[in-house]
Amino acid sequence: MVDTFAALAEPNRFRIVELLRSGPKPVNDIGERLRLNQPQVSKHLRVLKEAGLVDVTPRANQRLYELRAGELRRLHEWLERYRRIWDARFGKLDELLEELKHEEPSDGDDDA
Amino acid sequence: MVTTMHETDIRLQGDREIVISRTFNAPARMVFDACTKPELVKRWWAPQSHGVTMVECRADVRAGGTYRYVLQQGAGGPLLAFSGTYSEVTPPTRLVYEEVFEPMASVGAAVVTVTFEEHGGVTRYVSHSVYPSKQVRDGVLASGMEHGAREAIDQLDALLASLAG
Repeated sequence: MVDTFAALAEPNRFRIVELLRSGPKPVNDIGERLRLNQPQVSKHLRVLKEAGLVDVTPRANQRLYELRAGELRRLHEWLERYRRIWDARFGKLDELLEELKHEEPSDGDDDA
Repeated sequence: MVTTMHETDIRLQGDREIVISRTFNAPARMVFDACTKPELVKRWWAPQSHGVTMVECRADVRAGGTYRYVLQQGAGGPLLAFSGTYSEVTPPTRLVYEEVFEPMASVGAAVVTVTFEEHGGVTRYVSHSVYPSKQVRDGVLASGMEHGAREAIDQLDALLASLAG
């Protein structure tokens, strides 16, 4: 799981993941759309596969790469959980700031 | 007047960074004060509705000054302390400090840069944390659910779970 973040931190790999959201694709398709050469794409796909983010399925004489939704969902859950902690804090901070604004006259005399 | 609820945005950057952004309907100096003055920090940093209280909050807010925030889960629960040193204090626009989560002090400190950018009484808050390693950054995010120094992270996990409700 730790590899997930590293795998996605590389911009081209992130673009590949974004592209695969629209459905499984063979290597040359990915290369063409993202303007990357095939060795580059293959290298990125290998990292994504090791991170559990994509799966390969052979079809006819091609190898199709597709997203593994489970890993992405877990990543999203981590981020969402962390976000909620901060959201709860900031909700309290909003309340505090409202109070502070009412405590002082808001005539903008310090805007200069 | 309608009070707008702003979105909290969390982004990962590179291998070791977390960026938290939020907009507040208040001038920068007020947001800055709320993030630095202990008597104000106490009122929002530990959401008491989740059974977490702040049992200690002290901060000597100047370059070279130190701070220590201690949280407790429930009465008699474990104490969880965050502490560190300020390296830059520029009210009301910028704050840079080291943050050590004391139960995991051996992994090193995070460096946190907070900027406050005001436009017409509304302030954009951006907190940018750089962790000592990818593992620590991911540990903070994942709160030790999957990998890492499990025992050490368990405390953080419990804290995060209670804060997240």
